[in-house]
Amino acid sequence: MEKILDINDLHVSFVTYGGEVQAVRGVDLELYKGETLAIVGESGCGKSVTANSIMRLIPSPPGKIKKGSIHFKGNDMTKLSNKQVRKIRGVDISMIFQDPMTALNPTLTIGNQLTEGLKQHRNISSTQANKQAVDMLKLVGIPNPEERMKQYPHQFSGGMRQRIVIAMALICEPELLIADEPTTALDVTIQAQILQLFQKIQRETGVSIILITHDLGVVAKIADRIAVMYAGKVIETGTRQEIFYRPNHPYTQGLLNSVPRLDQKGEKLIPIAGTPPDLFSPPEGCPFTARCPKAMEVCSRVYPFQTELSGTHAVDCWLQDERAKKYTASP
Amino acid sequence: MARYIMKRFVLMVVTVLIIATLTFFLMNLLPGSPLNEERTTNESVQQNLEAHFNLDEPLIVQYGLYLKSIATFDFGPSIKQPTETVNSLLGRGFPISAELGIWTILVAIVSGIALGVFAALKHNGVIDYIAMTIAVLGISIPNFVLATMLIQELAVNRGIFPAATWSSPAHMVLPILALATGPMAIIARLTRSSMLETLTQDYIKTARAKGLSPVKVVVKHALKNALMPVVTILGTLMAGILTGTFVIEKIFAIPGMGKYFVQSINQRDYPVIMGTTVFYSAFLVFMLFLVDIAYGLLDPRIKLHDEGGG
Repeated sequence: MEKILDINDLHVSFVTYGGEVQAVRGVDLELYKGETLAIVGESGCGKSVTANSIMRLIPSPPGKIKKGSIHFKGNDMTKLSNKQVRKIRGVDISMIFQDPMTALNPTLTIGNQLTEGLKQHRNISSTQANKQAVDMLKLVGIPNPEERMKQYPHQFSGGMRQRIVIAMALICEPELLIADEPTTALDVTIQAQILQLFQKIQRETGVSIILITHDLGVVAKIADRIAVMYAGKVIETGTRQEIFYRPNHPYTQGLLNSVPRLDQKGEKLIPIAGTPPDLFSPPEGCPFTARCPKAMEVCSRVYPFQTELSGTHAVDCWLQDERAKKYTASP
Repeated sequence: MARYIMKRFVLMVVTVLIIATLTFFLMNLLPGSPLNEERTTNESVQQNLEAHFNLDEPLIVQYGLYLKSIATFDFGPSIKQPTETVNSLLGRGFPISAELGIWTILVAIVSGIALGVFAALKHNGVIDYIAMTIAVLGISIPNFVLATMLIQELAVNRGIFPAATWSSPAHMVLPILALATGPMAIIARLTRSSMLETLTQDYIKTARAKGLSPVKVVVKHALKNALMPVVTILGTLMAGILTGTFVIEKIFAIPGMGKYFVQSINQRDYPVIMGTTVFYSAFLVFMLFLVDIAYGLLDPRIKLHDEGGG
């Protein structure tokens, strides 16, 4: 399969009055054509920053890509000029944001907002752009698209608005769609509909999707591969089966234990104790050490090497290191 | 929409009527009368004059006559300048005052918004600090102080612009500058803060994610939303500019309406006081109405229905 995105050793920092927040500290990710990659992790772990960095949407200042590369179809996004990036934004890579209630401009008709990307990037007439926008609204399941084009965002419900946001992101037929918590602001029934819509769109257009979420239910439904982030690092990656059935990092195990399950009746949920580390001065070793029930002495001193458990499954944890097996029982 | 306009129109008439009534009784509470002068007039002449201007009638009858004059928009002759009618004074003064007012508003809005937008885009940069220093000075210095300073510096010392009167474009520069600086400063500050807030909105990020150019993001997506608060205070600013014209016209000896307005109060020239007051208030109320309409046009979420007051 063709690799369309390759992130290497990405470091992103925000310089504030209080000091430098190291939001992303060496992320490696790759994405193949037609695949859905989910990035999961709790609030503040750097998943949104990673996603925004791909499109160079980090507000700068204060944000800055300090190190690393983001190769998208051969181009290093971190090195392109602003003008070159604008030709990629919305055309090759599109983004969907968390809250559909605020992601649309309240003073412009949705028709206007849908077609402006097309008019910007493609040399087409207004009638043609309108026709494409109507087709797109049909694809995402908006009834009466012709009339709806003339309406303003406040005349739509939350679920409908998210459909419009999705239509807007897809209108230039991008190869990569980044969805930053696309269902968090929606109620559960609408969530399911939107996820089905993602799957349908992926079947019909072959778009690759990066899904950022903290909702493991969403992940279980549509992700092919999962990357678990913690304190600015990807600590475990694997296919959906590998992460859900054979989680190796104690943090991933903790995440899964804190989600209610239908097959284990009456058991209490086990939350992960403690809070994530302060990213102003991240700890030297594994950032999860302080909360980890299986922490060893080495954990607080040296960040673990990556251990490959299979062709697709890798984890950053000392417990999986050959040398650690001598001291502890396998988890 | 039509119903809304109808309702607003009725409210506007009521507002003007209340202002007119208050002015009428306040005016009559003032000591003295237009015919009460230092020189002694013959008793019968005095009585004839009072009868001529209906000043011998009971107050309530005078009020009725006066309401009639509003309805027909014929305020009769001026008492102090017998060759003039109130309407001829208004007809002569209004175009000049309107010219001053319109230019002032245009200058204030355009430069205020430009200053505010650039300050917001270069947030905490040099341009921002310069713009906000200008704005703070503009708000703090009253227009009559600024006017005299401008005359002293640019007219008397350097002789770049004429010091007074109203005949050529060069004559207009100083009065407009003196009058526009205050409103411009208010608009600039408001635009800046509202623009800063708008730029952090999600839909701005959406627009950027579409690959739109920075100019398009600012002008099409941010500015329209950022200008809502500016439109809201435009009505108040207009009232400020209108009262400002009295002072500025006096300082620069501009033969506008303000001159007659101030003069008429000093001279107790009842018909002119009433005529100018009614005219000014009707004008202002109409401007506020236009501002409300503009607000509805700018923001589709605001519907000009007749519910929710007007």
